[in-house]
Amino acid sequence: MKNIDSKGHVRGESIYLDDIPVRVGTLYGDIFDAPCAHGKIKRVDYSEAEQLPGVVKILTFKDIPGENQIGGIFPDEPLFAEDEVHFWGMPIALILAETEFVARQARKLIRIDIDELPPIVDPREAKAKGSLIFPPRTFKLGEVEQAWEQCDYVFEGSADSEGQEHLYIETQGAYAYQMENGNVRIASSTQGPTAVQRTVAKVLGIPMHKVEVDVTRLGGGFGGKEDQATAWGVMAALAATLLKKPVKIVLHRMDDMRMTGKRHPYKSDFKIGLNKDLKICAYEVAFYQNAGAAADLSPAVMERTLFHATNSYYIPNVTATAYSCKTHLPPNTAFRGFGGPQGMFVIESAIAKAAKELGVAAHEIQQQNLLKDGDEFPYGQIVEHAEAHSTWAKVCDKFDLEALKEEIEAFNANHKHLKKGMALQPVCFGISFTNTAMNNARALVHIYSDGSVGVSTGAVEMGQGVNTKMLQVAANAFSIDPCKVKLETTNTTRVANTSPSAASSTADLNGKALQIACDKLLERLKQTAAKVLKTDVAHISLHDDRVYCKSEPSELSWEQLVQAAFLDRVCLTENGHYATPVIHFDKTKEKGHPFAYHVYGTAIFVVTVDCIRGTYEFDAVKLVHDFGKSMNESIDLGQIEGGLVQGIGWMTMEELKYSKEGKLLSNALSTYKIPDIYSVPKEIQVEALESDGHEMAIKKSKAVGEPPLMYGLGAYFAIQNAVKVYNPDYQLKFDAPFTPEKVLTALYERTNVSVPGV
Amino acid sequence: MEFILNDKAIRTDKPGGMTLLDFIRYDNHLTGTKIGCREGDCGACTVLVGELLEGRINYKSMTSCITPLANVRGKHVVTIEGLNMEALSPVQQAFVETGGTQCGFCTAGFIVSLSGYCMSGKEPEYNDGISAIDGNICRCTGYKSIERATALVIEKLAEKDVNDPVSWLVNEKFIPKYFLEIPKKLMVLKLANQSPNGHEEGLPKVGGGTDLYVQRPDDMVTGNVHAFYDVPALNNITLKDGQCRLGGEVTVSDLMDSKAFNHLFPNLKKHLKLVSSTQIRNMGTIAGNFVNASPIGDLTIFFLALDSVLTLSKTGGASRKVRLQEFYLGYKKLDLGHDEIVEFIEFSLLDDTTYFNFEKVSKRKYLDIASVNTAIRIKENNGNIEAIHASAGGVGPTPLYLTKTCAYLQGKALTPENIRSAVECLNEDISPISDVRGSKDYKALLLRQLFFAHFIELFPEKFEMEVLV
Repeated sequence: MKNIDSKGHVRGESIYLDDIPVRVGTLYGDIFDAPCAHGKIKRVDYSEAEQLPGVVKILTFKDIPGENQIGGIFPDEPLFAEDEVHFWGMPIALILAETEFVARQARKLIRIDIDELPPIVDPREAKAKGSLIFPPRTFKLGEVEQAWEQCDYVFEGSADSEGQEHLYIETQGAYAYQMENGNVRIASSTQGPTAVQRTVAKVLGIPMHKVEVDVTRLGGGFGGKEDQATAWGVMAALAATLLKKPVKIVLHRMDDMRMTGKRHPYKSDFKIGLNKDLKICAYEVAFYQNAGAAADLSPAVMERTLFHATNSYYIPNVTATAYSCKTHLPPNTAFRGFGGPQGMFVIESAIAKAAKELGVAAHEIQQQNLLKDGDEFPYGQIVEHAEAHSTWAKVCDKFDLEALKEEIEAFNANHKHLKKGMALQPVCFGISFTNTAMNNARALVHIYSDGSVGVSTGAVEMGQGVNTKMLQVAANAFSIDPCKVKLETTNTTRVANTSPSAASSTADLNGKALQIACDKLLERLKQTAAKVLKTDVAHISLHDDRVYCKSEPSELSWEQLVQAAFLDRVCLTENGHYATPVIHFDKTKEKGHPFAYHVYGTAIFVVTVDCIRGTYEFDAVKLVHDFGKSMNESIDLGQIEGGLVQGIGWMTMEELKYSKEGKLLSNALSTYKIPDIYSVPKEIQVEALESDGHEMAIKKSKAVGEPPLMYGLGAYFAIQNAVKVYNPDYQLKFDAPFTPEKVLTALYERTNVSVPGV
Repeated sequence: MEFILNDKAIRTDKPGGMTLLDFIRYDNHLTGTKIGCREGDCGACTVLVGELLEGRINYKSMTSCITPLANVRGKHVVTIEGLNMEALSPVQQAFVETGGTQCGFCTAGFIVSLSGYCMSGKEPEYNDGISAIDGNICRCTGYKSIERATALVIEKLAEKDVNDPVSWLVNEKFIPKYFLEIPKKLMVLKLANQSPNGHEEGLPKVGGGTDLYVQRPDDMVTGNVHAFYDVPALNNITLKDGQCRLGGEVTVSDLMDSKAFNHLFPNLKKHLKLVSSTQIRNMGTIAGNFVNASPIGDLTIFFLALDSVLTLSKTGGASRKVRLQEFYLGYKKLDLGHDEIVEFIEFSLLDDTTYFNFEKVSKRKYLDIASVNTAIRIKENNGNIEAIHASAGGVGPTPLYLTKTCAYLQGKALTPENIRSAVECLNEDISPISDVRGSKDYKALLLRQLFFAHFIELFPEKFEMEVLV
């Protein structure tokens, strides 16, 4: 089934936040933000701005009736700065004007007097100064200290990965208006409607039931609208309530890039021990997460870094420690992979380093250590249904790794200025929110008396196709034509207390809840059918919009059945609640069974580096992915291709640059480059691993949102391998992204010889 | 001013400096055209702008976020709504079929760009179809499904009548019927709308707008502008008496589409493809690139190495000539009077023994601003360099003419030793700084490499990297 939203998309008729028809009297909000990364506010002069015709009001922390607090996990983030600013772009005031243009002009008229304080931008510096968001955590398996002595080889090094801007093409925004009795309704471009609702209630000092949040769809999220959509929703609701006018806030791109957090940059130190047979026997790693100025989702992101510190490998002795370092960058946040990719980059770097030192190919070490059933993850979960070996074997076989290697060697021998590099990238990603409590969802199903069906869940559609998957679940449960099912907007008054659409779990959790609701309705409808057809309920089934009795079509169509139930006063509305069974995690021991299941896959990368110019092109990425039993191949393929390319972007051209003072330099699409149509691999081949799927995956169709992003790590190592061929003097560095600048520098670095001309 | 928006005649007194995007979205409530970046870098706001030329309409894709309203006077503007029919068009259908749309926010831009490509009078080619969407950024799909959609569209275009594409497309339900009536309607508009476009002195001067609307939109959007984009006298490409003369408002696409210009530079398409995206090339003018004075302007670097001469003129008549290499006085400082415009640019034609090359490296190969760019023009005579002009961008406060390097190589033998030793002069010519596009060491190294690349590209039998380094 094709994506049900695509027809609206290709006609430009789908409704995004900024497309909602504007109500009469709407005011437009623009945010005045901190002009430095760290400082004490001495004075802010709003007088000139307030006098600009069209300016209605400028709101600051003083206008907040409830708490000036939007922190999701820890209460450490004010909505508006009070006396100190902690990052460049921190909101200080909200300007409300009759037009967006006037609001923006007014912003330029605000004068601020600030005593600048030295900022910290580097996480190692923060750690050294004791500036941590919360205490460090350590995951342990075996005894690393004792294991070093038994290792034949031990190597140490460091590996850094930079952040990543989400660059959803639709910027952040919200549109709020007051309802009667002081209630407020907010249309928000958020992945977490409940977070917006909860925070609006807190800031306004009103109960949650007075706040309604509605989400139609997002123009991309990728994690960037999980926690960071909240501030704008709260500001709009605050202004709408105080001024009793509709208020719209849609961020300009440069404001969005400056004010919002990104994928966490990490710095890390590793030590890896191997035996002669290339088995990794010990791994020690310290992660320094650059959390930015407030916690945001950093604790959860850091936790996932620890969970995925050993990627697809079994290592018997592991000590992984992570520090969430408080710096003066905007609070970094969720981004597809959620800390997992940063953790995996370090183990892959350690393997690459060991391989170089031992004179073997990295894939020999990778292959020797793949997970198998019965192995233990450092967090205590025992590996079940491992597909690390099977995806590896299939990718090597299907795409003939040996022939590929020969081809590359021959090419490199025959080309002086072009060199090819190859890398294999296995991925193992755990599915569930690592915070066990969040693994629940609800769905509300109405069957209307004409047989049409309305479905509400907590899932937010942001391009991942969850609407389509939900529709499939409902249409399938009732065995009716999908056109009879409508997916409603995601709304906190219909489905409450939701977890955000995140952790790749949205379809699983909401789908299971929906399945439960549909099953209950189906059971009631079957009873009606049995009554009408005067038979036993056990003989009733539904197929293709018709009631079947003893496997024979009856005279009763779906519509007639629904009508009969309606007249018989049967309840045609049902709510389903699902909480993932089995999972648990004990943070005091850092052990448990946090994931419902794992998703596996292996990718092969081939890149060609232009050794004159330091540029590169990916010839091909070929991968075998464990979809389980995909319930929608078109959508799932789209997630693989899109996630892969986003991961390649992170590893190659997407370079977030901050000045020493903590100012974002790559602050627009002209300076922060994401992949365009020409920069993606010429060929992407995706093969499905035929597996049984998992009972805890919706319809045994495994979660597919985040795992493919991590294939992108292979891009880094493929480029590195090509560089090594051209320049034997090159000293391996693990410092993503591998920009053309780093490639050219690596191609021409010489041991103890300065490069001529430089 | 008057123009046609989809099937609707527009007469408006909105300021000419307003962006076409705001006019479409907020004044006309056509919300299929999206705002992604407001600087021409994402393509979500792409529209088609059709201009009547010899009885037919030539449609070009443009990013409406940096298009001044004044520049669509007398033209046909097509948004996604103007392409919608009752059933999906084959272009729309292809995106649905292949999963070419995920969050959907960029989708309308892709559909508009690709539909515009369908309307061109060119034989359908897959690579050209991809080129047409090279200015559209998608963050969700990884583009593979969009490539598949493009392939499907190209297949469906196989029978296209290149002599009358619009009628064929209407018949095949690619575009709505009203397109057939547009030439007639525009002709009437044109007649009713003969007042000269521009000459409103004292207002901000704007050509294609591609840089002005990125740099200082707020200064532009509320007032009228002195628009030059459609002044016919500034749109010519002429080759005569050993000289090539280009009007200041010639766009990059005009150059790419010019047979004569392609004949002059056999690698022209390869070179100019490195300049921005299709949408921006359709709007960006050469004079705009010169007066923007960016130290990294691609066209400036291109024409510097051709030793071009500008003709600057005052409204009212008086004109003077200045060599492009003398036009730049300092960072963003030009030898250009307040009342002067770049009327045209000239350079001497290349003969059989004159070679030209352009090199550019940026973080992303296409639709990006260079870390370093450079161009070279060499006349060879029996293995000697008879004449040489070379330029480099991104390595100084202005677009640089490599004076010392050229002087050093003038008259020397074309040998690896001479090129290698020229690097010393090259380093004296430049003064790179570290910024978001690279560190100063990188830029120096990169320029050396690209300088070598010129010779490797132009004289592959004589030069190899190993010998040069």
